Amino acid sequence: TLGRALVAGMALMPVSSKESELEAKLDGETASDSESRTEPAPPPAPADDTPEVLNRALSNLSSRWKNWWVRGILTLAMIAFFFIIIYLGPMVLMIIVMCVQIKCFHEIITIGYNVYHSYDLPWFRTLSWYFLLCVNYFFYGETVTDYFFTLVQREEPLRILSKYHRFISFTLYLTGFCMFVLSLVKKHYRLQFYMFGWTHVTLLIVVTQSHLVIHNLFEGMIWFIVPISCVICNDIMAYMFGFFFGRTPLIKLSPKKTWEGFIGGFFATVVFGLLLSYVMSGYRCFVCPVEYNNDTNSFTVDCEPSDLFRLQEYNIPGVIQSVIGWKTVRMYPFQIHSVALSTFASLIGPFGGFFASGFKRAFKIKDFANTIPGHGGIMDRFDCQYLMATFVNVYIASFIRGPNPSKLIQQFLTLRPDQQLHIFNTLRSHLIDKGMLTAAAEDE
Amino acid sequence: ETDIDDRYGDLDSRTDSDIPDIPPSSDRTPEILKKALSGLSSRWKNWWIRGILTLTMISLFFLIIYMGSFMLMLLVLSIQVKCFHEIITIGYRVYRSYDLPWFRTLSWYFLLCVNYFFYGETVADYFATFVQREEQLQFLIRYHRFISFALYLAGFCMFVLSLVKKHYRLQFYMFAWTHVTLLITVTQSHLVIQNLFEGMIWFLVPISSVICNDITAYLFGFFFGRTPLIKLSPKKTWEGFIGGFFSTVVFGFTAAYVLSKYQYFVCPVEYRSDVNSFVTECEPSELFQLQSYPLPPFLKAVLRRETVSLYPFQIHSIALSTFASLIGPFGGFFASGFKRAFKIKDFANTIPGHGGIMDRFDCQYLMATFVHVYITSFIRGPNPSKVLQQLLVLQPEQQLNIYKTLKTHLIEKGILQPTLKV
Repeated sequence: TLGRALVAGMALMPVSSKESELEAKLDGETASDSESRTEPAPPPAPADDTPEVLNRALSNLSSRWKNWWVRGILTLAMIAFFFIIIYLGPMVLMIIVMCVQIKCFHEIITIGYNVYHSYDLPWFRTLSWYFLLCVNYFFYGETVTDYFFTLVQREEPLRILSKYHRFISFTLYLTGFCMFVLSLVKKHYRLQFYMFGWTHVTLLIVVTQSHLVIHNLFEGMIWFIVPISCVICNDIMAYMFGFFFGRTPLIKLSPKKTWEGFIGGFFATVVFGLLLSYVMSGYRCFVCPVEYNNDTNSFTVDCEPSDLFRLQEYNIPGVIQSVIGWKTVRMYPFQIHSVALSTFASLIGPFGGFFASGFKRAFKIKDFANTIPGHGGIMDRFDCQYLMATFVNVYIASFIRGPNPSKLIQQFLTLRPDQQLHIFNTLRSHLIDKGMLTAAAEDE
Repeated sequence: ETDIDDRYGDLDSRTDSDIPDIPPSSDRTPEILKKALSGLSSRWKNWWIRGILTLTMISLFFLIIYMGSFMLMLLVLSIQVKCFHEIITIGYRVYRSYDLPWFRTLSWYFLLCVNYFFYGETVADYFATFVQREEQLQFLIRYHRFISFALYLAGFCMFVLSLVKKHYRLQFYMFAWTHVTLLITVTQSHLVIQNLFEGMIWFLVPISSVICNDITAYLFGFFFGRTPLIKLSPKKTWEGFIGGFFSTVVFGFTAAYVLSKYQYFVCPVEYRSDVNSFVTECEPSELFQLQSYPLPPFLKAVLRRETVSLYPFQIHSIALSTFASLIGPFGGFFASGFKRAFKIKDFANTIPGHGGIMDRFDCQYLMATFVHVYITSFIRGPNPSKVLQQLLVLQPEQQLNIYKTLKTHLIEKGILQPTLKV
């Protein structure tokens, strides 16, 4: 059923529910734009996507509980799906990330079409997908060149493609740009520029994030799983805390969020992150960077775990010592990093959610799409993840590892000989200064 | 009280016809010029103003080239800020959102963040020696991405907190407008500066080719123009386009020949810590050394020579001029379409007779990116100082490993001679 839901049609009109009517009243919204004009050819309106099976099973319950059950079942289905994919390995994960990205792009672009009634603008749908293809080609090319370096060097056509990769990507983009300019039609200039801007902003949001996710994934599956689970956990925990203890509203933008939910969600997520990192740090398949093995022609996750994933003794500060009664505690250093990740997920992640709420209110839509019954579109599920992927990537680059050594060697090998010599000599003096090399030993 | 977002619903209408015009800004022609030209008729007066301003701009350009790379960098930065300001002001006028709370502050803040990020990534590489000395700068460089991201996030959160109930759509539009403008102006200007550091010739030849194409296409169109080129710009003609193409290629070829002789233009810009300034001194690379090329037979007959001495760079200049003449105009058409879409005559009224800074730079838009991509793909690989900087940041064990690998490689290639034991 989930598979069917995922590939279900292009939806925009939301499933109405008591919640949306309440929100609309709170907002004092007037009739939406689409109702005040005649639309020549709107995109096909979708039907209720809830599978028949569920509909029949829950037909007895009242509408409110039915909605709750549908949401609950779909949540469990998505989580189960998540576990299955993790089991299937990095390659499948990459493909799933790619599909999610395409679906998010499609949802946002469809909203743009609806807002501007521009569904039948000439060329525009083609151009949007073309730009998506170009930007993906550029990013995947850069990633593939880094991680599959040996494979790429072996095959002649791949080597040329990778050497001139930027030029080829730029040419492809330029072609799209020129097509856009040539497609400008007299009475539709503004619309076309709006859609052009809309497409580019969407690409900026959706495609860059998804590539950062894949970079994180290649660093080690744990860097993919822990952040995403923290955001999901924060979502669920904040909702629960808000449901049971919620009293003070948090922000005018989302009237259902409360301070109790926010703070409760924060602490719950930090604890969850600590526990999850403890469990996962024990397994090589999560902790090791993903590498492409030339001999077996597949991805392997096998390595000596780095210091980050080895148990170490930490002294407990005095104040907690008296509470717990232990002198030291054994933890993985990664767990300390997970506190930073969970904190970000709980404090700043919600801003991504508020941004999406503001966006939905600005364009008077209830959900991004109707792909997942009870939950809305894919974007609705991933709006909080928006900033998380960038944060994790920046965090890794700044605090965990420096630049990628093999990539540096690659870049070095493409330099001119005199430049190589200059760098080599500078490195040599630097190492001698640091005492890693002795000048005498070097001359042998 | 109607939702302000609904009032601007007409902005999303299907056709452009019901969009009101934006009131034009005042005429800023200086008084001197007005008095001097008061005798002439209106059409010639306009022509003279344009001519005088063109010559002024070209002289200013030469003056700044003479003053050196640092001044050029500052010039590029000022132009970038002015372009950003012009485009943002158009956005304000279109959406009548000049008094949206916070928005002006946020736009400038984002401009600052993105500039900080780019300058940190690119320019810091060139100041590597300077930076190694100062402790605080070391810290800033090491955690640069994190700091830039934190700054951007602060702006993002401020935006979310500043969302006001009846203005959501307007605020999102301005947010997107700001980001697209940043994407266009700031990334281009940084690519221009990176090209500049590669050697002033990589900055001068492309920009002059675009300017030359503008001028010669106009002249050819003025004298020979007959067949219209594109509905978007009715004044452009095929004759102008093709004539401009050939003249620009010849111009680029000649300019490349003249400039390739001087180390000042040809050498990569480096920052010397001893003299605390930029120097352009080096052994010119092969690209800038005269080589003999055998002429193909038909040219042999025409020119009656066996070979010709050319700088290899001149061949590259043909590629650059071709791009400037064929694809550069698309940048101009894009800007024309943009002005028509928002019913404005010029981006601003900064330069009398010419319009705003963006009007002068619209064709340059794609050129800078093309030159940068061209250089990284065909001329040189990655930036050596950046590679060095990254090497120095690694863990000592990693550095040692890399050192050993490099040593083996260099010895294999014969670049490094294995020293003999005495």
